[in-house]
Amino acid sequence: MDIDLILSMANATLRLATPLLLAALAGLYSERSGIFDIGLEGKMLASAFAAATVAAVTGNVWLGLLVGVIVSILTTMLQGFASITLKGNQMIAGVAVTMLAAGMTTFLGQTWFSQGGRTPQLRGDSRLQQIDLPFADQLAGVPILGPIYSEVLSGHYILVYVAFLAVPLTAYVLYRTRFGLRLRAVGENPKAVDTAGISVTMQRYQAIFITGILAGLSGAYFSIAQGAGFGNEMTAGKGYVALAALIFSKWRPVPVMFTCLLFGFLDALQIRMQNVDLPIVGQVPVQAVQALPYILTVVLLAGFIGKAVGPRAGGVPYVKER
Amino acid sequence: MSARRPLPRWADILLLPAINLAMAFLISGLVVLMIGENPLYAVQVILYGAFGYGDGVGYTLYYATNFIFTGLAFAIAAHAGLFNIGGNGQAYVAGLGAILVALALDQTHWLITMPLAMIAAGVFGGIWGLIPGYLQAKRGSHVVITTIMFNFIAAALMVYMLNRVLKAPNTMAPESETLDIGGRVPQLREFIPFFGYSPVNLTIVVAIAFLVGAYILIWRTKLGYQLRTLGHNPVASRYAGMSNSKLIMIAMTLSGACAGMVAINEVLGVQNRLVLDFVADAGFVGIAVALIGRNHPIGIGLAAVLFGALYQGGQELQFVIPAVTREMIEVIQALIILFTGAMEGLFRPALERGFVLMSVEQKAEATARATVDSES
Repeated sequence: MDIDLILSMANATLRLATPLLLAALAGLYSERSGIFDIGLEGKMLASAFAAATVAAVTGNVWLGLLVGVIVSILTTMLQGFASITLKGNQMIAGVAVTMLAAGMTTFLGQTWFSQGGRTPQLRGDSRLQQIDLPFADQLAGVPILGPIYSEVLSGHYILVYVAFLAVPLTAYVLYRTRFGLRLRAVGENPKAVDTAGISVTMQRYQAIFITGILAGLSGAYFSIAQGAGFGNEMTAGKGYVALAALIFSKWRPVPVMFTCLLFGFLDALQIRMQNVDLPIVGQVPVQAVQALPYILTVVLLAGFIGKAVGPRAGGVPYVKER
Repeated sequence: MSARRPLPRWADILLLPAINLAMAFLISGLVVLMIGENPLYAVQVILYGAFGYGDGVGYTLYYATNFIFTGLAFAIAAHAGLFNIGGNGQAYVAGLGAILVALALDQTHWLITMPLAMIAAGVFGGIWGLIPGYLQAKRGSHVVITTIMFNFIAAALMVYMLNRVLKAPNTMAPESETLDIGGRVPQLREFIPFFGYSPVNLTIVVAIAFLVGAYILIWRTKLGYQLRTLGHNPVASRYAGMSNSKLIMIAMTLSGACAGMVAINEVLGVQNRLVLDFVADAGFVGIAVALIGRNHPIGIGLAAVLFGALYQGGQELQFVIPAVTREMIEVIQALIILFTGAMEGLFRPALERGFVLMSVEQKAEATARATVDSES
């Protein structure tokens, strides 16, 4: 294996891990507060569509990003209203939201732009630009660290850096702030939190608000950064991979990052491995690599390699009294 | 404060779903209005497309056949308190069983092929449901998460099978060889010309039999009683000496096998070969069907026809009103799931209060209180 290949694989891994990481962190806030979220995919789709639409119409990518996030928050609030206020089934709410987003985005896309559900191609300022980190060119000559800095870490979209900065931030918020303590508490034992005079409902809404923001960033990444416009079902199940990553890392922020990097790497590998003959094993079917995140998650959930136990109050609506 | 009273039975099974359904249609109508089309005209087109002529009716019933199977699959698991979101994957993998048997036997007669293919599809789908069931029962992994993962694993597996193993030698497309006449389920149009060219086939008879069978299973057998006990209260079923883990595995297997029958309708009945993604999200529609149908076979049958009509009418819709694409149907479906499933709490309390106010005892009580008040 030559060095260029390794560097480009590392670069691709970061690129592909980013939307997973943002979405998984989004899920982390929600699930840690006791709201199971299988609607991540839906929020991402809604945001991807909204961001691309606004960016295409106004030509301003930042406005697109903002609207994408707002739409994602609204979608999350709808899901939250069903699962928190109305105490409905959280799983059904997630399924419904995802389906709604999938249907609405294609429907509105076709109605507004008449390009088979696609939004117009984004060019120039209507799409996020890759950022070169300072001194990337100058440092490229430094042995070992130079290429890593200039070719792997530099030259990504801003959302990539946001995603990785969100990891320590989330860890800090979750474990070192009063908000984080309460958030974890409503996910484990809402009754205790309620007894302490803190509103479980309010706490959960605050948590899913953050979920909405992060899922929105993740969705927008697909349409205004990685891609140049929205296409049908463009998040392609990544919301569920993120969910898998979240479970795989047992709902903890730093392991979430490593799991997303692993899944991102698998994705990069899968693209690279198409029609490549390996020694001994021969051609590895692409599908096997594609299915690996899901298989790993099932195996982990089953407790064959460690045990993944979610927040104790997860999935149960909080009823004050009967 | 008077305690909350449950709704009268008729309101619970008819009025509440009707209100929720109406809300879903209302909002969908507003969406259509928003893009500047006439929602009432759209309804007219859907109704005509679904029921107005023979082909339309045939297509409606063909879609309904799938939805009966997936709706029942969801309902059987739901009665045992399990949320089986994996109908898609189970039906997809069942296609493998169906095509293997059908390809082997397609030189014989459909009377031999169809039952054996059903068994094979049931076994494959059943196993794809059993594994998450086993993992839930014995290892405590959440069945919702596992079934989601199994949907994706199924998709990857089937793409692999179709590209590498089952692919017909003389074609580029990832699909199996085409079945000979002995592997095909007879079309209803062969007996009833009314159905025109529509693909509704004998599988619908199986679907109706499954509805009856599910009713008997759930409400008239010991197993059904046990499953419902588990669904209502796992502690009680355990205390009564039932094996919860065994029941969970049985429920998931039956559920998966039931979803697997979609493969008979699609592979042996319509496509005559195994194609990519033949399930076309019927598994998810099944969730909506079961929610609307309140997990009861009669309700599921009716809801399946409703969704069949929406699917068929939706196809028609995009020809007549190009601005309203068939994704509109997906939106309606999502709203139905949202209102009947997740936001059930939106109208129930108000409805309950309404009924309490109207009930006779309440009136008597109110009068009594009024009398006491005036006397004091």
